[in-house]
Amino acid sequence: MTALVVAEHDNASLKGSTLNTVTAAIQCGGEVHILVAGHQAAAAAEAASKIAGVAKVLVADAAQFADGLAENVAEQVLALAGTYSHILAPATAYGKNILPRVAAKLDVGQISEITKVDAPDTFERPIYAGNAIATVQSADAVKVITVRGTGFDAAAQGGNAAIENVTAVADSGKSAFVSRELATSDRPELTAAKIIVSGGRGMGSSDNFKILEPLADKLGAAMGASRAAVDAGFVPNDWQVGQTGKIVAPQLYIAVGISGAIQHLAGMKDSKTIVAINKDPEAPIFSVADYGIVGDLFDIVPQLVAELG
Amino acid sequence: MKILVPVKRVVDYNVKVRVKSDGTGVDIANVKMSMNPFDEIAVEEAMRLKEAGKASEVVAVSCGVAQCQETLRTALAIGADRAVLVETDAELQPLAVAKLLKAVADKEQPQLIILGKQAIDDDCNQTGQMLAALLGWPQATFASKVVLEDGKATVTREVDGGLETVALTLPAIVTTDLRLNEPRYVTLPNIMKAKKKPLDVVKPADLGVDVTARLKTLKVAEPPKRSAGVKVPDVATLVAKLKNEAKVI
Repeated sequence: MTALVVAEHDNASLKGSTLNTVTAAIQCGGEVHILVAGHQAAAAAEAASKIAGVAKVLVADAAQFADGLAENVAEQVLALAGTYSHILAPATAYGKNILPRVAAKLDVGQISEITKVDAPDTFERPIYAGNAIATVQSADAVKVITVRGTGFDAAAQGGNAAIENVTAVADSGKSAFVSRELATSDRPELTAAKIIVSGGRGMGSSDNFKILEPLADKLGAAMGASRAAVDAGFVPNDWQVGQTGKIVAPQLYIAVGISGAIQHLAGMKDSKTIVAINKDPEAPIFSVADYGIVGDLFDIVPQLVAELG
Repeated sequence: MKILVPVKRVVDYNVKVRVKSDGTGVDIANVKMSMNPFDEIAVEEAMRLKEAGKASEVVAVSCGVAQCQETLRTALAIGADRAVLVETDAELQPLAVAKLLKAVADKEQPQLIILGKQAIDDDCNQTGQMLAALLGWPQATFASKVVLEDGKATVTREVDGGLETVALTLPAIVTTDLRLNEPRYVTLPNIMKAKKKPLDVVKPADLGVDVTARLKTLKVAEPPKRSAGVKVPDVATLVAKLKNEAKVI
């Protein structure tokens, strides 16, 4: 058995999601290889070779992989699919975009967002916004899997894998990257942060979200939001935590003015400690919060900042 | 130019589902069913493109049990011109659905297929991408904006760090994300009109597709429950507990 992990990277470095995916690959049993499909991606390939438990890094370096176009990366995976028993990618926008194309062309089912490996052919995954966990078994010759990062620890460093260049497949010619608008922030990335301060509809406006900033600063936290806050235009889309947004499991999640709809809980209920601040004592968020404070967030948040010293 | 819009009948998003005590699945007997919210957005986008003169016909398609006709009537009420039901009682997984949709697309010859990015029941997020691969078409997933011009679709996508824009040659696949549009309310006159619009029923065998499920569900369980927390009276108590009890700060 050998597993191929499709690395998520920006050519200069690996994304953290790749490390969690490698852990899942290792748990599937057998050797683990990593594919880095990129452009001028030597640094990312080098980083991949240092991951403990990885036997080989395959590098497909060409302009048509510069921006992770699904049509091209999927074709490259298919060119290498050969004798792999498992093909895995992070369940991030990147991996989710690419991997089903691979599964379809291999004529196999895909197991999306696994949270646990029970056996080389048996996996757990959340359904119905995480209100149920399904254990599924695949009889397909190749298991094509996307991995939920919060389900697995990041693989350790200390590896020394061989790096091998592979022939790049041609550009499909049917899609082209146009532009990108990425948020830049000094705060940690939402899916990797140990502490998250998250605001909901109760914040009231995008200006009001600023009152959470000193709190996030004091805690070195990332900032997130509920779908309601994003839809109301208070904060950008990539702040959304929830069933159809980002799935997070930090050490501490502070939900401010968030009612706790099922779809939001789906994104954060695996957090180690949850704090809820809400003026409605019946808000569903309190049913998952370890510590809840009922009150006006506009009083409580500044008090909390002051108390943290 | 024809747009094909696949729609799925799912448990309504407001329903809090319960796991059956025998662990075989989720209890959906007598539960309210609706069109998958992302698919509503897909139908709405197709309608806007038609209303802007970019498309001449919108065809809705659904795969599943006979009651999917209700979901298709909703699509027709939103404004689709015609509907197709691929009727089967079999458990349909994304690969099978993608194959059925490919067969329908081969017949209908659309230039654009718009799907919801994921169904809120299985949360798979696969069908659109699989269909694109089977057809050999380019794809733009998690779309928040679609512009059709000169045989190309320029699509802005929601990605983890922000937004990304790609240009696809038609025919192409787009999957919708939440912020693509806000679906219109269906009016009573349109619901009445929808009853008269054509709705054809075919079977998977007619399309030559084997829909056998690939993944076997061994069991369905409740997620680990969090034990009940406490309400604290003030911020000082909260900070003390976070430091000393939870040890997270």
